[in-house]
Amino acid sequence: MRAYLSDRMGAALLMAPLLLFLVLAYAWPFLGVVKWSFTLPTPGLGQYNALLTDQLVQSVFIRTLRIAAIVTIVSVAAAYAITVVWVRGTPVQRVVAEFCILVPFWISVLTRAFGWVALLSNRGLINTWLQAVGFISEPLALVRNEFGVIVGMTHFLIPFAVFPLASSMRSLDDRVLLAARGLGSSRMRTFWSVFVPMTRSGIIGSALIVFVFSLGFFVTPAILGGGRSVMIAELIYLRIFQSPDWGLGAAISVVLVLFVGALMALLFRYVRPKQLV
Amino acid sequence: MQQPGRAAEIKAIGIGKSFGSFRALDDLTLDIGRGEFLTLLGPSGSGKTTFLMILAGFIQPTDGRLYSDGVDITERPAEQRAAGMVFQGYALFPHMSVEANIAFPLKVRKKSSAEIKRRVGEMIERVGLKGHEKKLPSQLSGGQQQRVALARALVFEPGVLLLDEPFSALDKGLRGQMQAEMKRLHQETGTTFVFVTHDQSEALALSSRVAIFNHGKLLQVGAPDEVYDRPDNRFVAEFLGEINMLPLKGVRPADNGSTGVCEDRAISMRCKAEKVRGDAILAIRPEYMSIAPEAAVGENGIAATAVASTYLGAATRLDLTTRQGAKVTVSVPNEVAASALSKGNSVWLTWPAEKGFLLPDGGQ
Repeated sequence: MRAYLSDRMGAALLMAPLLLFLVLAYAWPFLGVVKWSFTLPTPGLGQYNALLTDQLVQSVFIRTLRIAAIVTIVSVAAAYAITVVWVRGTPVQRVVAEFCILVPFWISVLTRAFGWVALLSNRGLINTWLQAVGFISEPLALVRNEFGVIVGMTHFLIPFAVFPLASSMRSLDDRVLLAARGLGSSRMRTFWSVFVPMTRSGIIGSALIVFVFSLGFFVTPAILGGGRSVMIAELIYLRIFQSPDWGLGAAISVVLVLFVGALMALLFRYVRPKQLV
Repeated sequence: MQQPGRAAEIKAIGIGKSFGSFRALDDLTLDIGRGEFLTLLGPSGSGKTTFLMILAGFIQPTDGRLYSDGVDITERPAEQRAAGMVFQGYALFPHMSVEANIAFPLKVRKKSSAEIKRRVGEMIERVGLKGHEKKLPSQLSGGQQQRVALARALVFEPGVLLLDEPFSALDKGLRGQMQAEMKRLHQETGTTFVFVTHDQSEALALSSRVAIFNHGKLLQVGAPDEVYDRPDNRFVAEFLGEINMLPLKGVRPADNGSTGVCEDRAISMRCKAEKVRGDAILAIRPEYMSIAPEAAVGENGIAATAVASTYLGAATRLDLTTRQGAKVTVSVPNEVAASALSKGNSVWLTWPAEKGFLLPDGGQ
């Protein structure tokens, strides 16, 4: 009992500096944002009222949710395939997969967004090639729209989706898969009716992480959306820095933080935090 | 439910398996009879589990052929072999209910839902899991999980059931109960059972035959009393239970058996001195030896001194030293032990001629 208590004390002490930093750097300023949302330009619930009626704000919210949902599905599916190779492949496959997962972390989000512009724009690599080969006569609209935003975000988020999946695949008991095959189940069937369901917590964790990240994306939509596919974070930026409407910007921020907080609560209910590492 | 005729007959010829330079299994030839309960017994790393995995199709042998009912199945993948398997730790599907776990092999075989329902119901009844159908494996006790694993492996009426140390996680009481249960299931289904264990008492209690492995080699196969009473070599003799070993000189054949000299006494044995001549080891199980004030003429006996006794409840274990310094252990009735220790400690050890057997001198 004593050992247990002192362990807990030790853990709390080790976490204290981080906690203090988070309070000073995030919680305190956020309280200021909350205050703005109720006081600017005039005290009251006016800004929240505006949120409910403002068509633009609502359409941006809906677009953000839609993009986040699509990005989540595509990222998790792609990450699942990569993770299967990473965790269960031959030694060579593992090295290749690990390389593909880690390299994106070395390249900044800005560089990657511009990289995609170079690939996807009207006179970018893909359109030029397709035209040269004769598949298309007019360039395809691959960027400055939702498609471009989704491509860029998915590319950025796949590595983040990998880790919860990898952890759930690693903790899976191989004998259960052998058992399924021994009972007459083909490899395909074993994969779909045993392997995938057994990694459910990893899928949920991975999906929630990607979804939460997607909701707050700023750089990628700003560059690849080209102002036509504005997401929530960009809208907050515009309200604060361009049309000085700090109250509305603050109110949107508060709603976003509450929404993300609710999702995180859901995440920790279904998935043990250890599985996310 | 199972026609005894459907039990599989397995023939392994010259099976070998190497992992890199490590020889896990070497030149194993073994017939497993239809409906037999065969135990593969040996210490860890002896090759018994490797052989079971080869039978299941999870490991490909490097050498040899494997036949089931006369058909070569050496290269046949696990999912097409239709061998039921119970794993160490059970390997139940954690996301499926008891019912769904047991139904899995039938669903894979695309049985009609009516048939699946009926057969799963029968199996649940048979292994005593009624009322637990909707539970998840994590909500069951170890013994119940064991029953689910057995039910799942037997529900599709496999020709052979392979069991990999299924009781290693259970406590002693439950283990005895599950052993009885498994014996009953073996009789009811008539299926061939191949059971891996490192527990010799479990092997002797359950099986119709025991195959003893060490260092990747099959050392001896036989009925439990055969391997216990007439082991071929020292390893088998020692692995199956406590054994006294006395040096024996001048071993030669005699009328109905063989004779030799141990500590200057003529000893007779019923077993033949085929493989052994001259110097050998005389081996006798502790429970077959008794204590006497003196040995009659013509009776097997050597003089010894009682050194220590251990009270075991039903009997007493007595440690003795012979005149020439060999250590012997005997299991005797409690009152005999007390008097042996009090009587100036000098006694005679006697044993019937048919209970002593010969092992080659030295090594294995």
